[in-house]
Amino acid sequence: MRLGSGTFAACCVAIEVLGVAIFLRGFFPVPVRSSSRTEHRAEPPAPEPSTGASSNWTKLPPPLFSKVVVVLIDALRDDFVFGSKGVKFMPYTTYLVEKGASHSFVAEAKPPTVTMPRIKALMTGSLPGFGDVVRNLNSPALLEDNVIRQAKAAGKRIIFYGDETWVKLFPKHFVEYDGTTSFFVSDYTEVDDNVTRHLEKVLTREDWDVLILHYLGLDHIGHLSGPDSPLIGHKLREMDSVLMKIHMALLSKEREALLPGLLVLCGDHGMSESGSHGASSMEEVNTALVLISSAFERKPGDIRHPKHVQQTDLAATLAIGLGLPIPKNSVGRLLFPVVEGKPMREQLRFLHLNTVQLSKLLQENVPLYEKDPGFEQFKMSEKLHGNWIKLYLEENSSEVLLNLGTKVLRQYLNALQTLSLSLSRQVAQYDIYSMAVGTTLVLEVLALLLLSVPKALGPAAELDMPLSSPLFSLLFYLTLLVLSAVHVVVCTSTESACYFCSVSWLAAGGAMLLMSALLCALVSALPKTVVGVKHVGKSPAPSSSRWSELDLLILLGTTGHVLSLGASSFIEEEHQTWYFLVSTLCLALCQEVYRNHFLSSDGDPRGGLHTEPGPEGATPVGAKGCALLEDDRTRAAASAFKRLGGTDQRMVLASPWAVLCCCRLLRALNQTGVQGAHRPDLGHWLTSSDHKAALSVLAALSLLAVFLLVQRRCSPMSKVALALGLLGVYCYRAAIGNVMSPWQRGNSDISKGIVEARFVYVFVLGILFTGTKDLLRSQVSAAGVPARTVGLWEIHSGLVLLAALLLRPHNLPVLVSSLLVQTLMAKCVWKPLNHGVAEVTVMHYWFGQAFFYFQGNSNNIATVDVSAGFVGLEHYVEVPAAFLTTFATYVGPILWASHLVNYLSSESSSHSALRRACFCYALICSIPVSVYIILVTSLRYHLFIWSVFSPKLLYEGMHLFITAALCIFFTAMDQTKLTKP
Amino acid sequence: MKDNDIKRLLYAHLLCIFSVILSTFIPSLFLERFSILETHLTWLCICSVFVTAVNLVLYLVVKPNAPSKRSSLSHKVARFLKCCIYFLMSCFCFHVIFVLYGAPLIELVLETFLFAVILSTFTTVPCLCLLGPNIKAWLRVFSRNGVASIWENSLQITTISSFIGSWLGAFPIPLDWERPWQCSLTEGRCLHQEKRGGTLSQIFTYGCSIKTTKVWPISCTLGATFGYVAGLAVSPLWIYWNRKRLTYKNN
Repeated sequence: MRLGSGTFAACCVAIEVLGVAIFLRGFFPVPVRSSSRTEHRAEPPAPEPSTGASSNWTKLPPPLFSKVVVVLIDALRDDFVFGSKGVKFMPYTTYLVEKGASHSFVAEAKPPTVTMPRIKALMTGSLPGFGDVVRNLNSPALLEDNVIRQAKAAGKRIIFYGDETWVKLFPKHFVEYDGTTSFFVSDYTEVDDNVTRHLEKVLTREDWDVLILHYLGLDHIGHLSGPDSPLIGHKLREMDSVLMKIHMALLSKEREALLPGLLVLCGDHGMSESGSHGASSMEEVNTALVLISSAFERKPGDIRHPKHVQQTDLAATLAIGLGLPIPKNSVGRLLFPVVEGKPMREQLRFLHLNTVQLSKLLQENVPLYEKDPGFEQFKMSEKLHGNWIKLYLEENSSEVLLNLGTKVLRQYLNALQTLSLSLSRQVAQYDIYSMAVGTTLVLEVLALLLLSVPKALGPAAELDMPLSSPLFSLLFYLTLLVLSAVHVVVCTSTESACYFCSVSWLAAGGAMLLMSALLCALVSALPKTVVGVKHVGKSPAPSSSRWSELDLLILLGTTGHVLSLGASSFIEEEHQTWYFLVSTLCLALCQEVYRNHFLSSDGDPRGGLHTEPGPEGATPVGAKGCALLEDDRTRAAASAFKRLGGTDQRMVLASPWAVLCCCRLLRALNQTGVQGAHRPDLGHWLTSSDHKAALSVLAALSLLAVFLLVQRRCSPMSKVALALGLLGVYCYRAAIGNVMSPWQRGNSDISKGIVEARFVYVFVLGILFTGTKDLLRSQVSAAGVPARTVGLWEIHSGLVLLAALLLRPHNLPVLVSSLLVQTLMAKCVWKPLNHGVAEVTVMHYWFGQAFFYFQGNSNNIATVDVSAGFVGLEHYVEVPAAFLTTFATYVGPILWASHLVNYLSSESSSHSALRRACFCYALICSIPVSVYIILVTSLRYHLFIWSVFSPKLLYEGMHLFITAALCIFFTAMDQTKLTKP
Repeated sequence: MKDNDIKRLLYAHLLCIFSVILSTFIPSLFLERFSILETHLTWLCICSVFVTAVNLVLYLVVKPNAPSKRSSLSHKVARFLKCCIYFLMSCFCFHVIFVLYGAPLIELVLETFLFAVILSTFTTVPCLCLLGPNIKAWLRVFSRNGVASIWENSLQITTISSFIGSWLGAFPIPLDWERPWQCSLTEGRCLHQEKRGGTLSQIFTYGCSIKTTKVWPISCTLGATFGYVAGLAVSPLWIYWNRKRLTYKNN
């Protein structure tokens, strides 16, 4: 089957989008969530089950402890307490662990072992999945149900000292707090002294119920000098004395209080042998957890090997201990030894509450929950429990009660374990299998694209895609067989839930078919390409097809950008990369322009000095190969230069500088990224209410400039529509109060501007419709190319009008300069210099990326302008809002791609230009995505995976989606052209 | 003849490299607390002066191009003044280009200008010495295939490598050089870079750097210097290897 390279590229990008979607689904597993997560109303606690007579105990059980002190020591690895270091440096704690009234555990933290997700896990009992990055976009406060919130709702007074993260997570929850920043890792004494200095006073006071202390020093020492540093010993000793102080104070308080106090010593994550954390090695995952209270029995036995429990278990235990409902999303189970000393009825009641909560969560998250063994066990134990209550209320003999009670107890514990396990399976693990499937698809497509470069960019811009032969080849069936075998093995044996296993067999089979077909296509394309390259390499002298400086720059820039994605700082500051590349591009164009100018003005092209002209018709190799051969082009360009008039020549000479200045001005408009975000910029200056007049003038001028730049190639009707539409944009901004309105002075009521915005939408649709009509007309009638050009330009202007409506008023200059640069470049650089299709495409892509950042975007989700989604809508409607927001965010790339179509279809002589452009665009967009997917997979335990790499991954996925849409647009335009002749 | 020329070229270039190296060591004898990174601006001035001086001396001693016909004193003075103006102009041009590239417009003007000066020293000064204030000749040398001698060829190589060096030198700028620590807002956790030992891989992984002071032009000027030195070192070798292929119009 013969395919145009545009169609081929569009198909490839579509498959790639599929691959990236599967990858993303694997990378961000959906965490277990209670559906009633947002509403915080208190549900009545589950009543005690009973058969026959109803139980008289329907309220929540009373608290077990009067005061709770949580001492969280950052990076408290288990062996710092239970190992030899603990014995040596923490004598008091060791004494408590071994002989005192305490229970000690090794609490297992789930990766990422970084402080914030760990605090969340400790307090909510849920496992914050990687999808949380997306879910609670940038709200730092913890919205989920958690112990702190419950405690506050129950009127407990909470005091917090320590890491500032807590204050951000739980704003307004603490009656008293003092947050310390962990910015300066070299400081490991001050941070802890800032916590301890409050202790003296607080411990004597009575006006608190929960005290939380978060000590950072140990973690800082770990980062500074590792877990074997002598500083660790000092720090542990200090912590030991703090613990002793608190314990003593608690004991002295207990004399007056009815209930005992509870002291919890825990760590949020461990410390690897090199002193860092974030990954999932044993040292990083295992933390110490010691619960100390006089309510517990003293156990004389030596507890050298504490039980392994999950970190999430603490939330449920704390909730029970404080007499609070267990947080809804908690997957933890009660640490049973804590309630062991209580009467049997209470023990059963606690266990029942926990089981009910877990089974509710299971019901909401697992469709086939009734089949789950945990759920079955729960039902069984509930029934038994009911029987027990009945017997209890009938006051049977204690012997029978005890025996039956123990049995129920065991049942409950088993049910809890099974439930907790099947819930935690759902989350917090990267779904490696789905990720691998996605990556394979993406990489296969990329390889196919790369292999077909020589063919697709060749003169015909057509490819031979053998679709039938792979279907009958042995390789295809073998691969399919192997893949299905792997699928079956992985899905039956896997520990954690896997998205790709849960999709229907048909879909999974389809993906596997696709994978093996792609592999076959690759294998069949490989020898052809190799032969082709050899053939090309043999016939002409390879050195003759020399690359120009521009091609070299494009190649270098693309490589540099792709490699820079491996470093977190470069991702944060990606705009710098693009600004830098675009500036360099302008300078390179400048150099080319000037060289041509001087060559033409010299009059005698130094023919004798040139190397022998390259033979015509040699198929150039490489991505930029379709450019004409350098020498011919230089001469052609030089002669084209001569033909230009004096003014035009001056324009051409000045235009790269004008573009450069334009870019520099735009850079000052919006500071973005991490380093520069706080710097003052023009955008903030304009949006402040003092400078409303300036903003209004600027917006009006910008809209005028947009009209002037766009109207010259429109049909008269759309000219009028455009003018009215732009006027509507200004009215809309005036109506919602962004700019001053000239006609309703002093009238300060701010509406939502629905009418104005819809007025503009009508014109946008009208212009788009006219454009489409022109395009269709150009096909059927003899109007031909001019109508086509006008139609395309009208579509472009419709998009510009939409952008003008959606962009914030201070960003309108970005739109103007984008149009200005497009006009300048097309008229004064690309046309006279006669650039190849591939070069023009890549330049459009670069400018599109730069304008993406000029408009104030960054690789942080916080900079997405969500307000664009509400333009002209009464209230939030998902589909249009998502569309509008996406369009407003990606205005730069979209407008530049649309300009590319316009430029190529109006200027280029070759009929296959659009197809080649589409192919180049697809290739240049899919290279970064593919490489980034691999980079992210290898960096998935990096410290900044949540904050830096994941948002960028989402941006890349979205960008690829946009690219696919654009490629389909390209192909559609190309098709209309092909059917015409 | 040709081998002899190449040898002279090599010696001249070695002298230039030597002058760059010297400029890093000599001042520490006279100035206290001198180091390239700490007192960067001083070093920039000194290096620029050294390189200019050596270039002038070389020009007077080696005399690579044919002596001009008119050698009156007034003509020489006019020529010299013209050279100075050209040099200043190139400095301003570079400054403007740096600002267009994103260097701050108002603050750190001195730093930016000194960077322009040192880049002019590496590129414009040798051109002025070799070609004189003659735009036509410059254009000829820098258009492709326009070189007329090994001197011009090496000039081309060193100039281009200086530019490339400073271009590449801009890449480390986003790597948090302005901040003493690398911090991620979401995790609220920070890692001081010193504890990382500052190896390259860690600098790349954690985006940390060792400098705490404001260091805007350092990476670029160092890049330019390395580019210049590399160009000086490579060009004689390159010419030597390609001496069979290179044919010049004049000889």
